[in-house]
Amino acid sequence: MTNPRDLKYTKEHEWARIEGNRVTVGITHYAQEALGDVVFVELPGVGDKIIEGEAFGTVESVKSVSDLYAPVSGEVVEVNDNVLDSPETVNTDPYGAAWMIVVEIADPTEVDKLLSAEQYEEFLAEQD
Amino acid sequence: MTNAALKKTPLNAQHRKLGAKMVDFGGWDMPVQYSGILEEHRAVRAKAGLFDVSHMGEVYVMGPDALRLVNKVITNDAGKLQLKQILYTPMCYEHGGVVDDLLVYKMADDHYFLVVNASNTDKDYEWLVKNAQGLDVTVENISAKTAQLALQGPKAESILGKLTDYDLASLQYYWFDSFRVDGVECLVSRTGYTGEDGFEIYLPPEFAGLLWDKILAVGQDEGILPIGLGARDTLRFEARLPLYGQELSSEITPLEAGLGIFVKLDKADFNGKEALVKQKQEGLTRRLVGFEMIERGIPRSHYPLAADGREIGWVSTGSYAPSLDKNIGLGFVSPRFAALDTEIEVVIRGKGVKAKVIKTPFYKREA
Repeated sequence: MTNPRDLKYTKEHEWARIEGNRVTVGITHYAQEALGDVVFVELPGVGDKIIEGEAFGTVESVKSVSDLYAPVSGEVVEVNDNVLDSPETVNTDPYGAAWMIVVEIADPTEVDKLLSAEQYEEFLAEQD
Repeated sequence: MTNAALKKTPLNAQHRKLGAKMVDFGGWDMPVQYSGILEEHRAVRAKAGLFDVSHMGEVYVMGPDALRLVNKVITNDAGKLQLKQILYTPMCYEHGGVVDDLLVYKMADDHYFLVVNASNTDKDYEWLVKNAQGLDVTVENISAKTAQLALQGPKAESILGKLTDYDLASLQYYWFDSFRVDGVECLVSRTGYTGEDGFEIYLPPEFAGLLWDKILAVGQDEGILPIGLGARDTLRFEARLPLYGQELSSEITPLEAGLGIFVKLDKADFNGKEALVKQKQEGLTRRLVGFEMIERGIPRSHYPLAADGREIGWVSTGSYAPSLDKNIGLGFVSPRFAALDTEIEVVIRGKGVKAKVIKTPFYKREA
């Protein structure tokens, strides 16, 4: 699976879709594959503030517990309840149905630090 | 990536060919999953699964004092075994803590075959040798000469039946026999670690690869899958089968772990008897219980258990349970929190999350 070209990425394997000051966040195909069967997702509530580089939630597979790291700072304005109820969508549709939160960002320049799909794939290649 | 320092079973090449995700399991290079833990778990419950458990340890105890040694080290009573019968038992230290849990196979009046946990094999062997002092008995670690496959699930008998003339229906639970499987002489027992019907098959390592491939091939129509250690753990956990290092350890007694039926306190002197008798008289200070989450969260090993804002114990094993579609756990608590329906909390990332005590095993196959 290729990583969508229109998204930005982090080295912690989150993706970010940037639309003005709204940023949708999820985890990458690589992350879901490394995790295995995802059985639990914990996310912040609407109105919570998240800080770039800090944990904002948790994703658990049968055997592992991993933090979700915020790609940007801002206020959570939407939470995907479907992914809480059906965590398996993280495996089946990481870039679509398994989006996790939408953040309204305060500082639009923060997104400049994020990786392009090409940069993320170079980073992955270095990991193997 | 291959880590040369890790020990390999005779089936290592098979796992890699099947695309397994390999992990370091107590110094062994073992498959944690092939197609995925949930799919593998469900295959064993509904159809069949094949496990490589060649990392397990096997020890022979032979000689005129074989039974004396076995009965001295275990808490169950091997004196009651008939030829070709098997028992499950803890093996204790003098203080009542557990050295290991194991299976004892009676091969002959003067010959017992012990199957122990992989990570405890060396410790157990040394413990047996130490306890054999002054007895007319030989203890031999045959782990390196023994491969082990586990074929588990409702279709296990029909699949194995394609490879042997032996009347498998006559082989009862916790009995074994020696016979040819696909032309190779094997020791086959009706045992397992999944809560399903099935067999454990012991054979020389040089034939293990061929038999592994053959079982997967003849079981394909019945939906057999190779199963990794990930699903092995979720399967045994749902059936409340203990795992050494989690439900059992040198600091936990079999009585605390709910294994009292495998402790024969009326048996003549055995390691740990005095301590266990005393513990039974004085009453337990902690007990293993099963619980399910009421609020959202997955319990994990070592998470604290709490009630009324105070710590009351810890989680020994916790997981999403695929057969129940619930998040459940086993844990040690003070006895006053052990009654069914008692509300407790699992401390997950610093936060108390509600759970309640439920009965175990969590999963029991239909007879």
